[in-house]
Amino acid sequence: MNRTYDIVVVGAGPAGLAAATAASNAGHRVAVVDDNPHAGGQIWRAGAGRSAADRAKEQAIAAFEASGADLFAGHQVVDAAPSPGTLQAWVGAEQRLESFAFESLILATGARERFLPFPGWTLPGVFGAGGLQALVRGGYDIRGKRVVVAGTGPLLLAVAAHLKQDGAEIVTIAEQAPMRRLAGFATNLISRPAKVLQGMRLRTELGSVPYRTGCWVVAVEGGETVTAVRLTDGSRTWTERCDLLACGFHLVPNTELASLLECRMTEAGVEVSAEQQTSVKGIYCAGEPTGVAGVDAATVQGKIAGLVAAGKSAAATQLYARRDAEAAFGRAMTLAFALRPELLSLAAPDTIVCRCEDVRLGDLQGKMMPRKDWTDAKLQTRCGMGPCQGRICGPALEALFGWRNASVRPPVFPVPISALCSAPSDDEVSILEPQEISR
Amino acid sequence: MSELNGSRGTVTVLVNGQRVTLLRGTMLAAALVNAGVPCRISESGEQRTALCGMGICFECRAVVDGVPQQRTCQIACKEGMTVETQR
Repeated sequence: MNRTYDIVVVGAGPAGLAAATAASNAGHRVAVVDDNPHAGGQIWRAGAGRSAADRAKEQAIAAFEASGADLFAGHQVVDAAPSPGTLQAWVGAEQRLESFAFESLILATGARERFLPFPGWTLPGVFGAGGLQALVRGGYDIRGKRVVVAGTGPLLLAVAAHLKQDGAEIVTIAEQAPMRRLAGFATNLISRPAKVLQGMRLRTELGSVPYRTGCWVVAVEGGETVTAVRLTDGSRTWTERCDLLACGFHLVPNTELASLLECRMTEAGVEVSAEQQTSVKGIYCAGEPTGVAGVDAATVQGKIAGLVAAGKSAAATQLYARRDAEAAFGRAMTLAFALRPELLSLAAPDTIVCRCEDVRLGDLQGKMMPRKDWTDAKLQTRCGMGPCQGRICGPALEALFGWRNASVRPPVFPVPISALCSAPSDDEVSILEPQEISR
Repeated sequence: MSELNGSRGTVTVLVNGQRVTLLRGTMLAAALVNAGVPCRISESGEQRTALCGMGICFECRAVVDGVPQQRTCQIACKEGMTVETQR
């Protein structure tokens, strides 16, 4: 089906909801397209029957619904073009494609956890930190489970507090960043009482759970599932018995769609102007894809993008100061939780790096001839060529080898061949119907 | 699950042929992990379950109602659904 809107927003997290609400309230026809089953993105990910406890989420969703913008949940964007503005989304539940035409596009595609390979990280029982929290919200019964929370970033504290609330026993929280860097970051926060209070509340909820800084996982032990993790503080290494490891190394922005649209990138993410405009006319970007900075940054950037796309640039300028302050917070956070070099030498030659294709570190190092770059590694090993399309191993390869994914091509998420065969141009459909091929 | 108490009713799904009753709204990936069943078997034969929980990593893909490659972390359980480890 083809649908036509003035503005299409990709992503229904804080940035996307704020953008859509602002643009729709300004009188434009707005659609929000999101892969997830419900609005809210990852930070406000809905649980099964969970009461929306978060006031910020409740307010954002209520404002979005009142604005009259349309939500297309369960729609995974697989292709897009800037002019004429078109976007294709795969509707998994109905196994069909849906097309959207737009004047302006706002990318609010959020972020994902960064994962790094270490011995044992593919064992069942090892989850992302946010990953485990999402599963528990989705109905995984974690009561009585002994959990080590590890990696880096502010997410670790929040995840540990939530898992504890849900009945897990948190053995320890291992934050790789050294205390002196976190202390510098905390000093930075003094001008932001809300963020300090939030951190203090989490710490109180965690009670006597140890929060170890300058501490990281070196390996996971277990045959069929996790039985223990080995932790180190650089001088001493010890074993903690546990059932689960929740481990993530802060966040990386989801920039695949922006790359596909040939938007210019910076070190941090998608390059945007003061008006959240990308290097491609008519395409805006808001929130984590422009550089990981958290929910408050996402909300204000989304609102600016929505206003500007709706022709209300003057109103948007009032939000610039707040946006810039939040961006500074994001940069300080990135510095505070920067990866220590020891993390890059944890994987052994037989440690899997690409989980889709089971490519091991040794395959990537290439005994006889080292791989030059990611393209070379792909051709020789199939690394990054599985269904996640390098979204998981990509950030690891960048950290380990400095390789960056050179090209993003459609579909940016895998879809069945039949979907591509029945795609847009109506005149071709008859000859490409899958049943015709199979006959 | 205390947080699921707000949901009304239960659904029954078949996990690798075993009947499992779950609170309505439970995600398939959570149902598989609760049952101690792997979502998929990897290229080199390892058992895998969900990793990212948000539809990015594809580690939780399984066969849902006969259709392979379905990301179980993005699908809520429905009455009578079947889910099988993807091999």
